[in-house]
Amino acid sequence: MDYLGESLLPGQLGHFLAILSFVASIVATIAFFNTSRLASAASANGWRAIGRWAFAVETVCVVGMFIVLYYIISHHLFEYKYAWQHSSRALQFEYLLSCFWEGQEGSFMLWSFWHCVLGWAIIFTAKTWAAPVMAVISLVQSALASMLLGLYFFGHKVGSSPFSLLRNEVEGPIFSRPDYLQFVKDGNGLNALLQNYWMVIHPPILFLGFASTVVPFAFAISGFLTKNHKGWTIPALPWALFSVAVLGTGIMMGAAWAYESLTFGGYWAWDPVENASLVPWLILVSGFHTNLIFKNSGYSLKATYLFYVLGFIFILYSTFLTRSGILGDTSVHAFTDLGMNVQLFLFLNAFIWLTPLVMAKQAKDRWLVLAAFVTTNVLALQWPTFGLISALVGFAIMGVLLNQNKDIPQIHKEENLYSREFWMFIGSLIFFLSAMVIIGKTSLPVYNKMFNQKVAPPADVEFSHNQIQIWVAIIAGILTAVTQYFKYKDTPKAQLLRKLLWPTLAAVAATALFGWLVGVGFDAKGPGFKAAIYVALFAAFYAIIANAAYVWIGINGKLKLSGPSVAHIGFGLVLLGILVSSANKTVLSINTTGISPLKKKDAKDVNNDPNENTTLIKGVPTDMGMYMVTYTKDTINPRDRKRYYEINFAEKTGKASFKLYPNVIENNKGGEGLTPNPDKKHYLGRDVFSYVTWLSDPDAKKKDTAGFRKQIVAIGDTNFYGNGMWVMNSLQMNPANTKFKIGPNDTFLVADITVISKDGRLYGAKPAFKITGNNLDALPDTVMSQSMVLMLLRPVDLKNNKLEVGIKESTAILDFITLKVYEFPGINILWLGIIITVIGILMSAWRRAVLMQRKAPVPRPAV
Amino acid sequence: MKKLHILLLVGVAVSIAVMISFTGDLSTYDTISSAKQKPGEYVHLIAKLDKEKPVDYNAVQNPNYCAFSVIDSLGATVKVISNKPKPADLEQSERLVLKGRMESDGFYCDDILLKCPSKYKDDMKAAEKQLEVKG
Repeated sequence: MDYLGESLLPGQLGHFLAILSFVASIVATIAFFNTSRLASAASANGWRAIGRWAFAVETVCVVGMFIVLYYIISHHLFEYKYAWQHSSRALQFEYLLSCFWEGQEGSFMLWSFWHCVLGWAIIFTAKTWAAPVMAVISLVQSALASMLLGLYFFGHKVGSSPFSLLRNEVEGPIFSRPDYLQFVKDGNGLNALLQNYWMVIHPPILFLGFASTVVPFAFAISGFLTKNHKGWTIPALPWALFSVAVLGTGIMMGAAWAYESLTFGGYWAWDPVENASLVPWLILVSGFHTNLIFKNSGYSLKATYLFYVLGFIFILYSTFLTRSGILGDTSVHAFTDLGMNVQLFLFLNAFIWLTPLVMAKQAKDRWLVLAAFVTTNVLALQWPTFGLISALVGFAIMGVLLNQNKDIPQIHKEENLYSREFWMFIGSLIFFLSAMVIIGKTSLPVYNKMFNQKVAPPADVEFSHNQIQIWVAIIAGILTAVTQYFKYKDTPKAQLLRKLLWPTLAAVAATALFGWLVGVGFDAKGPGFKAAIYVALFAAFYAIIANAAYVWIGINGKLKLSGPSVAHIGFGLVLLGILVSSANKTVLSINTTGISPLKKKDAKDVNNDPNENTTLIKGVPTDMGMYMVTYTKDTINPRDRKRYYEINFAEKTGKASFKLYPNVIENNKGGEGLTPNPDKKHYLGRDVFSYVTWLSDPDAKKKDTAGFRKQIVAIGDTNFYGNGMWVMNSLQMNPANTKFKIGPNDTFLVADITVISKDGRLYGAKPAFKITGNNLDALPDTVMSQSMVLMLLRPVDLKNNKLEVGIKESTAILDFITLKVYEFPGINILWLGIIITVIGILMSAWRRAVLMQRKAPVPRPAV
Repeated sequence: MKKLHILLLVGVAVSIAVMISFTGDLSTYDTISSAKQKPGEYVHLIAKLDKEKPVDYNAVQNPNYCAFSVIDSLGATVKVISNKPKPADLEQSERLVLKGRMESDGFYCDDILLKCPSKYKDDMKAAEKQLEVKG
């Protein structure tokens, strides 16, 4: 059948580029591998040229795919599933890019693109190391390219193409007609949570971080490929620093996005997706520290190998977790499952086994490793448990081969207790173990899948992590503070103590001062945890003060050398920001009117305690901490299709006020619900953070058919309503001091009514008759908080003060919103700390890179 | 033995101890009847909204009280009491993961996870239905 109106060329071009990029990356892998293997032989030059050309072709393909996909999305070609699924016509220009990242295919392309950029940087700077490193990067590229193929081999789909047509992917009777496209007028739009400016910038940075982890990995593998175990550690170091800086920035941009646009009231929730990207970062931090140890003392080379390899492997594991759909109920923001689990697992497992494969020294051993890999994976196809076994066996062989390797330089003499390398190693070890514990906990859904279990995360997931990681923070903070004061190899004790004395005392003083002036408000987890928070505060202050002091005491204010100190000051600030903002976070919208519906199990049961939402009725000021808060109006913005609620916060002192505009996106992606976005007021020392949790139905007034219930009442009678009772106290003609404007010809008959709700609160209401000449108007009165309208219907027996009164109870009469409002103190310390850390790391990376370029290129022994 | 080796062993031992204590904190996914077997214990209840029964939520009276009934795949029903506002998509949800404790008078829930046909993972299904309707 010929379909009408389809634009098929972009898709065909895109698909062709996808296949070509796969082929080109395989060619590049082989060519660079041969270049490295032949090293000094003349034929190496030929292979090098082929490798570079293949890599150039691949780069063009990846960039080309980007352009084609952008064309498809920006021209709203909804015959393509990707455009239909992830974009819509109404989407603003800046979010067209975000559509790329919403799907798995687009984010694989982004990852692949960064590999191309990094690859060229390697080709131009890494000199003799370029060939083996590029062989590894090209191998990873071919694995990524296979994810975009969308081809069938023997009935198995390999990869998922972003260029596939809607009619080939989705079944529907509509596709039986040639003019189907005229019914597909719009796409499904972008997930509302991704319609945020952080989502334009966070994924590219995060994926640059992801992509950059391959470089230290590739250098480590190159160490084995070339059997030059020492040389690679020097060029790898600035790359590892770069990776840590960028990945860290990417992760924390995600945290900023979560803070700005998600409504869990924070920036970090120990969600599996967050953990999965934090873990490789922690491992790489360990890795570059051990790399430094090796460079300066000759210790810890095997540890460096291990950490760089595992850093990348855990990036792949994180890819597997977030993209396979295995996280299911445990994460709120994993990707949609594309049915590529087998391929994703093989991607991970193949690179776990690549390391033992290159570590094995003899051909016989390499065949054994390969056989073990194939056997376990074939078994895994039948019994998924073998997948886990295969990965673990791969790690085990890696460990054994690494441990037995006699070529890797090693010092057998024990490290000195007064040496920098000893304490740096402890720090690296702590970070690594912390990473293992975090990923172990995060892998719960994997165990469930493998062993067919139904185990769920603990009641308080965040505390489960916090109670452990606070000790990691304490140790890391203190080590960060003191380690630079140690010298490599040995440090005179007296000198060490003298230099550390004042920073230590200052940190103790700062902690005491903080405890006295500000204090720690968080005691939901008991005094033990509160004490731990104080110790961690000390560690944070210690890290900041000791490192700031070191710039003068240790290196005489030489800014060039101060990269590590700056990074460590930043790290201290990050710890301080985390502690201050979490420990003193307060809920302003605590609802004091009702008691909690939930029973508390015990005093520590925070989950069941709070009534954190307060309902604001339009125009009625509500008491929240130091503010009187009023919901004043709402407006819809046609450009971003959000409804904004204006909430006025007036300080009770009357000095200052500000407005917040939390908003909701209605009916996004064909759904009926609403997606709230928070808004916040930034002060230097604190943020006031608010979001909508429930709304009055804007259409409810029209639907409101609840009529008035009629009742004849006399003064003093007790009458009942849904939430209590009410009494008419008196009837007055033209009373003085009323809200009514009484004209000269008017007569007012005002009923003075008291409404008494179940919880004992009293409300006044004054419905009235207005008599002007022969006209009788009823003027109803509303008791907002009881959602009740009282109206006088007719006088029955005015001598005995009897009236017929109508009562209407309906929430539909009210404009209201339900809000959560938090106060976060010190969150800016955290953001500032991150910026300083990144600057410090980049300073170090720059200095290392410059030092390296100045030196003659490291000669590589002939292979 | 080197000092570092001892510390390494200590670190690994502590990590293993942490993981073992973690298994003690774990909760379970339960059906209504299996949750009733262990009252007062923190569980993850998997069920769906019982649309026959009304959802009791009045944000004006108490925004922190929401009660509704759920029915699980085995047909058992239970009343759920939560201290959160009613999730906006509750009626549209296909499946609920409720975290909390089973008591004699209902399931006391402090967190509700919704699986909606129209949101995130399953949004394609909803959109595909739309296409079928149009065709």
